[in-house]
Amino acid sequence: MTARIATITSGKGGVGKTTATANLGVALASAGFRVVCIDGDIGLRNLDVVMGLENRIVYDLVDIIEGRCKLRQALIKDKRLSDLYLIPAAQTRDKTAVSPQDMIRVVKDLKPDFDWVLIDSPAGIERGFRNAVAPADLVLIVTNPEVSAVRDADRIIGLVEAEEKGPPKLIVNRVKPEMVKRGDMLSTGDILDVLAIELIGVVPEDEIVTVATNQGSPAALDPRSRAGKAFREIARRMNGEDVPFESLESKDGFFGRISRMVRPGGA
Amino acid sequence: MNFFERLRGERPSAQTAKDRLQLVLVHDRADLPPGKLEALKDDLIATLSRHIEIDVRKVNISLTQDRHQQRLVADIPLAPSRARRRGAG
Ligand SMILES: Nc1ncnc2c1ncn2[C@@H]1O[C@H](COP(=O)(O)OP(=O)(O)O)[C@@H](O)[C@H]1O
Ligand SMILES: [Mg+2]
Repeated sequence: MTARIATITSGKGGVGKTTATANLGVALASAGFRVVCIDGDIGLRNLDVVMGLENRIVYDLVDIIEGRCKLRQALIKDKRLSDLYLIPAAQTRDKTAVSPQDMIRVVKDLKPDFDWVLIDSPAGIERGFRNAVAPADLVLIVTNPEVSAVRDADRIIGLVEAEEKGPPKLIVNRVKPEMVKRGDMLSTGDILDVLAIELIGVVPEDEIVTVATNQGSPAALDPRSRAGKAFREIARRMNGEDVPFESLESKDGFFGRISRMVRPGGA
Repeated sequence: MNFFERLRGERPSAQTAKDRLQLVLVHDRADLPPGKLEALKDDLIATLSRHIEIDVRKVNISLTQDRHQQRLVADIPLAPSRARRRGAG
């Protein structure tokens, strides 16, 4: 096995990176892939609670890097899925405890044992972002249908392109189809019109995500969850499957623009 | 936006959001905020005015973007000068 490395990042905070990482981890592992999720948000550990594994933590990423434990000792096995693992972030340290080279080294050691390594990045354009992106061969950028989040996504797209990681792909999260239909929320088509990026998924706003986070059981495990379904579809696209984009929004708002999904240029 | 707002001809807020985004991104990408563009415009007018009489109020300088190419577009109308009018007549 040699894993592919996907980093989930964003410019603006709170757009759903951790939610996406947990759900993609669950979706990929449910589909039979061996997956490890790394919480790259050093000092603001979150992925453990979203995945419901907070009670099993002994060692963390910084312990591995600083040699206080073996890689295997810091791998936390998921409760539900036998092929899903987590490496938690250190809670009492800051981002300077990790360097891009450290991340590359840790990921290199994980590669032979997994199909996918998912890295949950902190928001922003600083050290934490650089650490998370350094080992990636696929970068997924999460945004919300808001002016501020899309603007920040554009910044990140520029930075990722400068790193020559291959073209990053966009996840539009927390879409409210009713508002898009009314003309009161940016549609996915609008966002693709202004950002020069390929779309990999559109995730609706879904109350089940909140409940799932309360329970530490990602929505992708719940067959009723619309967001969960969207994440499962993204997981399939990550593996090269050609999954058609369903219309969450009005026909002309989204379907009408599907032909323009891959845009070579910006506004 | 409700039915009555639409009747009054107000634009959908998503359209406003998209227009604002496009403008802000064009400035972000060029690393030239609107205030600096204004300063550039003033400098340009001062420089050009040393050589030619221009219609200052109608000068229009803007950033545009198509695909990956950014462009500074300047539209600089000349002042209707007495000399030129005399020449034409
Ligand atoms: N599709 C969604 N529907 C409803 N709530 C969501 C959705 N995606 C994320 N959220 C909520 O948004 C908040 C921020 O998400 P999180 O994944 O922590 O963002 P980030 O990691 O980018 O800071 C959380 O409360 C999360 O439950
Ligand atoms: Mg997070």
